[in-house]
Amino acid sequence: MSEARKYFWEGVRAELPLMVGGFPFGMIYGALALNAGLSNAAAQMMSSILFAGSAQFITAQLVQVAAPALVIILTIAVVNVRHMLYSASLAPYLKDLSLKWKVLLSYLLTDEAYAPSIIKYEKDGLQPYSHWFVFGAGLALWVDWQVSTAVGIFLAAYLTDNDILKIIPLDFALPLTFIAMVVPVLKNRAMIAAALSAGFMALLAINLPYQLGLIVAAFTGIIVGTLLEKKS
Amino acid sequence: MNIWLIMIVGGLITFGMRFSLIYLFGKFQIPETIQRALHYVPPAVLSAIIFPELFHPNDTFDVSWTNTRLLAGLIAIAVAWFSKNTLLTIIVGMIVLLILNLI
Repeated sequence: MSEARKYFWEGVRAELPLMVGGFPFGMIYGALALNAGLSNAAAQMMSSILFAGSAQFITAQLVQVAAPALVIILTIAVVNVRHMLYSASLAPYLKDLSLKWKVLLSYLLTDEAYAPSIIKYEKDGLQPYSHWFVFGAGLALWVDWQVSTAVGIFLAAYLTDNDILKIIPLDFALPLTFIAMVVPVLKNRAMIAAALSAGFMALLAINLPYQLGLIVAAFTGIIVGTLLEKKS
Repeated sequence: MNIWLIMIVGGLITFGMRFSLIYLFGKFQIPETIQRALHYVPPAVLSAIIFPELFHPNDTFDVSWTNTRLLAGLIAIAVAWFSKNTLLTIIVGMIVLLILNLI
């Protein structure tokens, strides 16, 4: 059992910088949701029912302009499609877990929980208690998100979008942590090419709606990396 | 229309996407090429998130010396490349950003 605990807290620790980076976003979402006309309860519950930052932001904005329900639902689906990639990417490592574990870890699978988890798996391989790392990372982020949402709702009257971020750019912790995690993984030509092609494609495709640019960029990187791997 | 219904349907769809391949992976044989391709998901997806944050902050392209996030990000990449130390990268990156913002 102590092995599981060790992995769990390791996951929590790995998640800490992402929690710092994510906290301002949660607050901003909370304030945004309230200003868009959602009730305190709806705004708070979206953070556990939907539990997806960018989708929550867009939903709040669409609710504000009274967009049709179908449009909102489809938008959520498209914006969150990248989670299928995370699912596919982690699946080999979660293959032998019980259904309960698969459901639990899937529920907690955000970008921020995915990143440290996949890096850990790719680095250390599958270990008997690895999934506790994913649980720790995912649960830590979940708690962080609920609390920051609540704070945002509470302070909605005093918060305008970028007040906090102008003073201390805490949100920069997010891309910083991703940089810290992904750069050491770029050990060969194919990996570097995958990262660079995805990055530049993300810039090229930035004006695509519904964050489609991200998924287009990701696939570009995956294809480039796979092709180059075959060559060498 | 009811916001709660929208949230619940959206939530189910989102969970479905997160659960989909994790659930299916054990049940179907995944082609070997796809299994190898999956190893490129982390660098691809994370770069797709990182690049816009550095080059396109505040919803505008900014490839100039005044883009402090870009500068701090590039320095962070260098630190990560040579040290491979997560904590060092994050700390240096934040400090550099704070300093650049003050200049």
